[in-house]
Order: sequence, then structure tokens, then C-alpha cells
Amino acid sequence: MTVAPLIQVDTARVRFGEVRALDGVSLAVHGGECLGLVGHNGAGKSTLVSILNGGLALRDGSLRADGQPVGWSINAARARGLRCVFQELSLCPNLTVAENARLMHRSLGGGAWRRRARAVIGAALDAVFPGHEISPDVQVGSLTIARRQMVEIAMAFADAGTPPRLVILDEPTSSLDAGLSAQLLAHVRRFVAGGGAVILISHILGEVLSTATRIVVMKDGRIVAERPAAAFDHAALVAAMGSAARDHVARRAVSQAAAVLQVPAWRGGLPFAARRGEVIGLAGLGGHGQTEMLQALFDHANPNWWPARDPAVTFVAGDRRLNGTFDLWPILRNLSVGALGDLARRGLMDRRAEAARGDDWQARIGIRTPDMGLPILSLSGGNQQKVLFARALSTRAPVVLMDDPMRGVDIGTKQEVYAIIRSEAEAGRTFVWYSTEMDEITLCDRVYVFREGRIVADLSGDQVTEPAVLAASFAGAA
Amino acid sequence: MRRLSPDALRLALPVLAFVALLTAVFVLRPNAMSYNGFHLLFKLAVPIALATLAQMVIMAVNDLDLSIGTYVSFVACVTATFLVDQPVLGWLILLASVGVYAGLGVVIAWRQLPAIVVTLGMSFVWAGLAVLVLPAPGGVAPSWLAGAMGWKPPLMPLAIVLSILIAVLAHLLLMRSSLGVLIRGVGGNERSVARAGWSTLRARALAYATAALFAIASGITLVGLMTSADANIALRYTLLSIAGVILGGGEFIGGRINPVGAVVGAMTLLLAGSFLTFLSVPPDWQIGAQGAILIAILGIRVLLNRLEAQG
Repeated sequence: MTVAPLIQVDTARVRFGEVRALDGVSLAVHGGECLGLVGHNGAGKSTLVSILNGGLALRDGSLRADGQPVGWSINAARARGLRCVFQELSLCPNLTVAENARLMHRSLGGGAWRRRARAVIGAALDAVFPGHEISPDVQVGSLTIARRQMVEIAMAFADAGTPPRLVILDEPTSSLDAGLSAQLLAHVRRFVAGGGAVILISHILGEVLSTATRIVVMKDGRIVAERPAAAFDHAALVAAMGSAARDHVARRAVSQAAAVLQVPAWRGGLPFAARRGEVIGLAGLGGHGQTEMLQALFDHANPNWWPARDPAVTFVAGDRRLNGTFDLWPILRNLSVGALGDLARRGLMDRRAEAARGDDWQARIGIRTPDMGLPILSLSGGNQQKVLFARALSTRAPVVLMDDPMRGVDIGTKQEVYAIIRSEAEAGRTFVWYSTEMDEITLCDRVYVFREGRIVADLSGDQVTEPAVLAASFAGAA
Repeated sequence: MRRLSPDALRLALPVLAFVALLTAVFVLRPNAMSYNGFHLLFKLAVPIALATLAQMVIMAVNDLDLSIGTYVSFVACVTATFLVDQPVLGWLILLASVGVYAGLGVVIAWRQLPAIVVTLGMSFVWAGLAVLVLPAPGGVAPSWLAGAMGWKPPLMPLAIVLSILIAVLAHLLLMRSSLGVLIRGVGGNERSVARAGWSTLRARALAYATAALFAIASGITLVGLMTSADANIALRYTLLSIAGVILGGGEFIGGRINPVGAVVGAMTLLLAGSFLTFLSVPPDWQIGAQGAILIAILGIRVLLNRLEAQG
């Protein structure tokens, strides 16, 4: 008699607007196995984890826990022993470790709960990280990031009434040093040997290869490979994450022009240089230091005390709602706000110049609207992004920094914007483009691959291929 | 030297400020260093400390209550009228007002309304109700209350005894009990608390109800000390309570509160007022001078925070 899988998802499909986050994913997790989940940006790992832990409702597809179709939610998942450790902090920084344990495990209530909470979290920390030296009465906010991560992981493995049966670890070793990572992986192996299940997501392929019993490779919302871990090695994993050979993109020769931006050895990695007229790509897994570099480049070139008359760099935001559109303003204002100095005479706005510039850019970039005076939110997402581009391109800044601006934009708009970037680059503008999409990275003249906060590879010309970027994005040794 | 916990360090500043002001007062008025001196200096400490604790509980869930002053005034008016001749009705009114406060907390959380705006609006409601209950200054303190607040313990004045008691009880309730952990957790990381299965709506309702209970105690003790009431008796408690919490080491967001510090902060502010009187600062200047003392103390705290972050 076979034991039902702890959790099973069948043909799950999830869409966020234009983006297909999961495109027919079927996965089953059994007790006693460690499932390694590997994939590049946009593969669908985070979405899959959200479905499994109950954070996202599954409307298209089925989910079964212990063989039964159940109503799934975060509480239901926790009640069945499913625990999740994310990278962002899920503890309360103003409470002590024991108090956090009390909150995270409701069954610890009653009199003398403090002693029991201390015992539970202390036992968990001792089991996962022997020799840890973390007191349960210390405030979480005063712990180092590594120790906070240790507490979070121990909290997931702690048994306070409902023992954990499936623990999902999303990049758990990102803040841990080599010794602590080794302790964690050893505990994962012990946990799995004792009948528990673990889903391990990591960009350090060596960890996945040494700890997982089964490895699943995802790409573009689908599972592209699923084999026992012994059947994979580093090269096979990288190859599995790639796609079929694509058309060769005509690329300009390596520019010999003068550098307009330079950063020697950024945080111990390779140096960064951008030359006039180049399109530089910042690649690598999301959140590995690319945005920090863009912000540093911007802060370095722009004085933040008094606005410069001739801006040296301009920025195109990726998160529109957060730092892009002014939601209450019309389209024209959103466009002209980047170049107010050019449109003002003696401190007053020249309305006719502003309208002329608006019409000019509407034609050039193809903003689909009958009237530039309509509110910005009347535009589709792709057109809003075009307005942000026009805002940046209409300034006289020779360098344009782009923070993954094409995320969630439809393919038609993307193609139009790529053409504009090409033509502007031909005219001498420099683009530094952080993108999480392989298609866009392969359009760049030169690519810097980021890993763990610094540049680890500098690819140019024909070296800019998907396998090369993938190989550099994922670390080898455990 | 073993490093003190962050909470202990935060408590050091208000305690030091309190001791510094007390020393300054004794230098100006040596007579104050006596039983009667302390009794007079800290006569109004208890109501202010309780109002400060009420504000502190609200700040623990990342909100701000701009109606504390008018609510305490309303409670004082009810105490001076209903609790004297219709005690059952009076207690029912006070109980109902706790329910209103809890409901306020629920509405603010459920509809995501800014607490400042809602409590500001509510303050006018309490002010109006207070005037309805007691149109002109008057009323009397219930006999049991006047007797209790008039008691003179042998060693320390009642105000000091009660302040210590209140500080200890508030500490036990908010820093040691499960309820306190839940309330502070909601202020620290509400999403995680909700994910762990708690109803943050219920937690907030409990927080607001607790604050209302503290405020009711404040109004009742105030009437016991003043033996009468009027609709504007505690209006300044709103800003005083906020200042007291911050002075005591609490913060506006993040769920970081310090009950003992809040009580010490309230007493420090009271002392600052007396200090300025002894310095013969004209009453018109006193509020400004109190503000200046507050800014000075907070400036020192920011400096200490920065040194702590570097070191």
C-alpha cells in the first residue's frame, strides 16, 4: 500500500495579468524526500511555493493534502505540519526569540508559557545549529542577520504540539556562512531520514545536488526536468534550465569609445564600465545586487542637495506603482516631470512647449491614447511603462538606468521599446539595463552577471548567450 | 562590561532626566525634599501616568490616540456626577465606553482608516458628551474615592506608592503576559502575526479596550484628587501622554514600548512643570519651556541611538 503524498498539485495554472506564472505544473511531495527546486528568474518557483503554503488560492488546478482534496489556506497548511521559511523576515523584531516562538505557535499558551517557549525554541536551535549561542531572551531586532535567519529556520523545525512534516526552505543559506550552512543541510538530511519532507530552493547548485533526493527544474512556469538527484550534475542542471538555441542577434562590435561610467571592483567583484552608445545588461538571479548597483550609480552621478542643470543619469523605475507613475496626474504631466527645467521659463511652465513635447513623444514611442490630458491610470500597463520611458528619454541625460522596467508588460510593447532603445543607443545614449528576462539580456552588447551582491562575470559580443549567463548565475560549490 | 538589553538602555535616559530634574528642584527648593514636598510635587502623577499608559497601549499597535484628553475628561465628569448618586448607571456608562473604544479599534483596522483622523473626530464626541453630563464645573468626588485618594501611607506619599504599583502592573501586563506579547507583536510585524493564525482584529480590539481601562482609571483618580470635575479638566493629557511615552523610550511604530519608562516619563514631565514654576518662569512661557526640555531630552536620545548604532 502506497502512502499518499503529503501534498500534491495537479495542472496548476496561475496568471498575473499578462504573465503566466505557472503553466500546468503537477508536483507531488512525499515524506522522506528532499525535493530540490531549481530555476532561473520567472521560472515560477515563488508562485509554486505560495500555492503550496496556502498564501495564494489555486483557481485553475487541484491541490490534495494527504490524498484528500481540502480547502487550502495558510492556517490549513500550518495545521497539517507545513512550514515555510522565506528570505524576508517573518519575526517581530521588537520581541524576544521566546516571545516570537509563543506567537508563531499558538498552542504554547497558558501559564508558565515563557519557560515552555524557551524550551521549544532552544531545543529546535540545538537540533539544527548545535553550538549556536543564541539566548531565547534576546530581542530579535538586536540579532545579526545570520542569527535571525537561524532563528527563523529553527522556528520552522520546532515542534510545539504540531510537528512539522514538510518544511519549505527558500534560499535558506543566503545569510549563513559555510559552517552554518553545512549544519543546516546536515539537519535537513536527518529530518528527511526521519520521515519528514523538505523542499529546498537554492541558487547554490552544489547544495541542491548534495542534499536533495529528487531535483525539479522549472522554466517559464513549467517543470522541464524531474529526476533523482543522482542523475544530475552541475552542467546537466545548467543545461536543463536553458532553452533551445535561438536566432543569433546581430550585435554591434565592442565599442572603443570612452567610458561614461566606471566602478572599480564593486564589492569585491569585477569592475564595471559603461561606454558611450552601449547597451549594458545586468543579469543574474533577481535580488542579487543589481538594483543596489543601479542606485549607487544614480546617487554617485546626481547631487542630492541641489538639482543639476544638466542631469548626468536618468532612471526608469521597474515598480511602477512604487516609484514610477504619479497616479493622480494626467499623462502629459507624468511625461514632462522629468525635464521641468527645460520646459520652464523664469520659473513658470511653458504650456505650449510642454504640449509640443508630449505630442512629439507620443508619436515617437507610440503611446496609445486619444488625449494626453487623461489620467495616467487610464492607460494600459504597457502604455504606462512607455510614458515612464519617454520621461527618461526626453531628458538630456546621456546615461539611462533601467530597473527591470519590462516586467509584466505585454510582448507588443516590449518589441516597440526594444527598437527605441536600439535607435537611441545608435545615436550615442548609454543604457544600463537590469533585467530578469533572458530574452532581454541577450539583446545587450555587454552583460555583467551578478551573484551574491557582486559582479562575477563580464560577457561581451558573442559570449552573451543563455548558457553562459546561466552558468555564471548559479554557484557551483556547496 | 556585560551589555545591557536595549530596553534597559532606553530606560536609563528618562530615569536620568528624572533624577536630574529632581536634583535641580531640590537645589531651588530644599523644603521639597520631604514627605509633604513629594506629596505636592507628584500630586497629579497618578492620573497623568495612567493616561500615558493608555496612549502607550495604542502606540504599541502603531496607532495614535488624539482623544485621550477628552475621554479622560468625560470619564471624570461621569465619575463626579453619576458615580455619586446613580453608581450602577455610572458604571454601565463607563463599561459601554470601553466597548465604544474597542469598536473604534476594530473599525480603524477593518476599514484601514488613519487612527489619527478617527480619534480626532471621536475626541469631539467625547468633549460633547462631557459637556452634556457636566455643563459647568462642579460635581463631587464619591466618598469612597475621596477617602481612598486622600489616604496618607506612612513612608511614601500615596502618589509615589500608586505610581510604582501602576508601573509594575503595566509591566506585568504588557511585557510579561501573552496578551502583551500579542499586542506588541501586532505592532512589530502584523502580517506574520496574522499568518500565525491570530485574529489581528481581535488583538487590536483588546488593545483599545485595555487603553480605555487605563484611561478610565486616570479619570477616576483625577476626580479623587481634585474632588470635582469639569468638561475640560484633562484636555492637555493628549499631548502630555504622547510626550510621556516617547520620553519613556517608546516609539511611534514598531511595537516598542516601555511601561516603566512611560510612567517615569509622565512623572518627569510633571516635574518639569514644577521646576519651571520654581524658576519663576511666567505661566505663559511654561508650555514653550516644557517643550524645550522635551526636545533637549529627545535630542540626547537620538544622539545615544546614533552612538549605539555605530558602536
